[in-house]
Amino acid sequence: MAKKTAGDAFDFKDAASQSGPLLVVDDLHTSFRTTRGTVRAVDGVSFEVHEGKTLGIVGESGSGKTVLSRSIMGLLPPRDVIRSGTVHFAGHDLTAMGDTELRRIWGAELSMIFQDPMTALNPVKRIGVQIAESLRLHLDMDKKEAQSTAIELLRSVGIPSPEQRVRWYPFQLSGGMRQRVMIAIALACAPRLVMADEPTTGLDVTVQAQILDLLADLQRERHMAVILVTHDLGVVAGRADDIIVMYAGRIVERAPTRTLFADTKMPYTKALMDSIPRLADPSGARLSAIGGRPPDLINPPTGCRFSPRCQYAQDKCRELEPPLRTVGSPDHLFACWYPLVDGVSTAPSVPVSITTNPATTANDAAPTGGTTS
Amino acid sequence: MSKYLIRRVLQLVVVSFVISVLAFLLVHLLPGDPSTIILGPNDTAANRATLLKQLGLNDPLWQQYLTWLGAVFHGNLGTSYLNHESVTHILATGAPVDLELIIISQTIAFSVAVPLALLVSRRPNRPLDNVATTSTFGMLALPPFVVAPILVAIFAVGLGWFPATGYVPFTQNPATNIHDMILPSVAITAGSIAVYFRLLRSDLISTLQQDFITMARSKGLSGRRIMWRHAFRPSSFSLLAAAGINIGALIAGTFVVELLFAIPGIGYSLVLAVNQRDYLVVQGIALVVAIAYVTIQFIIDFIFTIVDPRVVRE
Repeated sequence: MAKKTAGDAFDFKDAASQSGPLLVVDDLHTSFRTTRGTVRAVDGVSFEVHEGKTLGIVGESGSGKTVLSRSIMGLLPPRDVIRSGTVHFAGHDLTAMGDTELRRIWGAELSMIFQDPMTALNPVKRIGVQIAESLRLHLDMDKKEAQSTAIELLRSVGIPSPEQRVRWYPFQLSGGMRQRVMIAIALACAPRLVMADEPTTGLDVTVQAQILDLLADLQRERHMAVILVTHDLGVVAGRADDIIVMYAGRIVERAPTRTLFADTKMPYTKALMDSIPRLADPSGARLSAIGGRPPDLINPPTGCRFSPRCQYAQDKCRELEPPLRTVGSPDHLFACWYPLVDGVSTAPSVPVSITTNPATTANDAAPTGGTTS
Repeated sequence: MSKYLIRRVLQLVVVSFVISVLAFLLVHLLPGDPSTIILGPNDTAANRATLLKQLGLNDPLWQQYLTWLGAVFHGNLGTSYLNHESVTHILATGAPVDLELIIISQTIAFSVAVPLALLVSRRPNRPLDNVATTSTFGMLALPPFVVAPILVAIFAVGLGWFPATGYVPFTQNPATNIHDMILPSVAITAGSIAVYFRLLRSDLISTLQQDFITMARSKGLSGRRIMWRHAFRPSSFSLLAAAGINIGALIAGTFVVELLFAIPGIGYSLVLAVNQRDYLVVQGIALVVAIAYVTIQFIIDFIFTIVDPRVVRE
């Protein structure tokens, strides 16, 4: 398997002995300039990931989670993107690095698994070449060595008869197989952190579990840290050590997985959990959905950003933005004025007009066209 | 050879057959009687009948076609009515000129258009891109008969770097031959550069938005490597298709520069023959040009199988 030798010029490996977290994201902001205004996709996000651990980042579409993962890596095009805050990886500030320096880390120490295996592999290049590319670049392997390592990698991600498949093109493989190839590419140089952006969204449910299990096995074997970005709390439930819930570019709740499920504080997290179908539910039970839409990131609602869709929202929620805070356990952070206790809101009685139809208020608060400009 | 290519070869054979039938019928569409043309209007009916029999013109049409086709395969395409030169000879002297024009002009076109598109598409709508896009737009609007006199005025008359007219066969003096061919080649290059550049640029820009490019970046590959190794090939499909059509159109389509620079290509011979109703010459050139066109399309299809492996399977 791909192992970096002592002779390799990666000062990052030498820094392995450093204590503290592998990744520290501090007050990261990422915005895009558009003709309508500035879209603040990531708005003051801070968290840490430790060596070998798994962090789940969960949120609806449009919550900024994909932008967050790309912004951490520094993959977003510098034009039209404004980024502030810092990202320390193995003690080095990625936001202070130029392209040349970043390229030495990308693929070697920090790699990415993309959402759609149908579009993230080059359609006209053999999969073996696409795997060997990183090996030759980062590990200085010759063509033959890289080819045989590519075969080994394909075998390790569970692709049958890898000696033949290594010469295949992506279009000859199924979606699940392609996602396995993508994992092989991401893991080729034995990185310390893998960002998996919705790695199973495009796949059948049965294949999803296989791919996630494979990723977990390889992670254990290689002692990698993984950031698993998904819209599906069910995906991270049994796999992540910690979970971050994002809403409208901000972290709204962050806790160790067990704590998050046992003692949910934020109504949004609760709503996400309630939208997972359960086998224990009686057949024909209605699945609860979150009314309304995610807010407009150009003009986010004042106060708590979830307030227009929150059934417990009070006047205070609509006026003042709740800070990320803790109550009791120091590693459980949440942003809510009236956190849930045992699944019940601590908010005072709720005006009828809001509870009956949250969707209407959400639409009022989230202008999507003419009302803004 | 793959199924795909076998199918293409069969197509090539069928199309060539149809072309040969059409070329053969061309002469039969002529008004008048060949015997009148050969013997003059005043000869006897008996003499005419003998001649028609000698020439095989009383045979059924399909038999005449086969006889003609047999002759074609032996390199006999008939003789010009006007100067009694054999059509094969006209083609043998003219075709290398056209071939050379095409090779030189297309080499220039690709070596300008491809690097320029790769350079510009990484940062679209920047000054360099705007200059390149605008100037190629201008080149599209400049036909060879406008470019050629300008080139002659500047480089031949003004600077004296190249001759204004003249042609020496390659076999006689390669250096002089290429020197003579540069201006005519450049004159027909402008349009090709413009088309190739614009197609490749717009395809590259959309390819660069694809996930697999971000994926390639996340592997740590350099920008240049991504452009050449990842973006260029999947962006070259329309370029390749356009090149096939364009090169096809250049065969015998370069008579304007051949005329302006006095170089004896088949384009020039063809126009001359059409004007003077030299039917056998027209027939021979049409046949060869059409088959060359089909062959070029076949070569392009073959290149497609290398550039895009998906083609073979679909």
